[in-house]
Amino acid sequence: MNDLSVGTFVFYLLAAVTIGSAAGVAFTRNVVYSALFLLGTFAGVVGLYAWLAADFVAVVQLLVYIGGILVLTIFAVMLTHRIADVRVSNRSVGRIPALAVTLGVFVLMWRVVGRTSWNTVEPRPAEYTTPAIGEAFLGNYVLPFELASLVLLAALIGAIVLSRGATSER
Amino acid sequence: MIGLEHFLFVSVAVFVLGLFCVLTRRNAIGILMGVELILNAANINYVAFARYSSVDYDGHLFAIFVIMLAAAEAAIGLAIVLGIYRTFETIDVDATDQLRG
Repeated sequence: MNDLSVGTFVFYLLAAVTIGSAAGVAFTRNVVYSALFLLGTFAGVVGLYAWLAADFVAVVQLLVYIGGILVLTIFAVMLTHRIADVRVSNRSVGRIPALAVTLGVFVLMWRVVGRTSWNTVEPRPAEYTTPAIGEAFLGNYVLPFELASLVLLAALIGAIVLSRGATSER
Repeated sequence: MIGLEHFLFVSVAVFVLGLFCVLTRRNAIGILMGVELILNAANINYVAFARYSSVDYDGHLFAIFVIMLAAAEAAIGLAIVLGIYRTFETIDVDATDQLRG
């Protein structure tokens, strides 16, 4: 009976929230509901990271994904959402072939993933990951770190240029 | 006991649902939401392998890089979507087919 512990129950709860919210994103007609289900997915992923003792990545996910990307997505949804035709904007033809392809991909991936004997080690006791991540960012991974900050700078400038619009053309 | 396969199942499920989103949405922002689901599935994979198959935290570092690049991509993608909405008054990807022959 030591299999039914609180940790196991919490994992199944987090997995249900994550997969259920992702299903909500995929199958809802209204794009505003999809954005809110996306919030549920990101929150479930934060819980899964915390379950895996990835404390720094969980907080980064919370701050950047939920606090940045999701807020930006909701802004964009609200700015482009036509209130009048809420049924037009989210379906497409080809749902049945897409479902078939999706189920095929799922079966294929799960057979590959489930049959591989992964080299697993016993998980160590949870510890703070922030010092090790900080040392890696400024040690072995300093080049990708600096390049990623350049990418963010380019994205910032590009987004500003793209959103200036036709009103300020010279 | 929760092992690596449980997290891989969650990751595959979220990936497949994101793939369905990308394949069937007509709303451009809906397609971008599917891409975000796919990126999150890959991130779950990275962090799960870092816990169950590794002794260091490289998986966490890759997950942080993925989150950074997803933020940049979401910003640019949504700026483009807003530009399209300003020009065409719609973000239906079936209606914006000016380049189709």
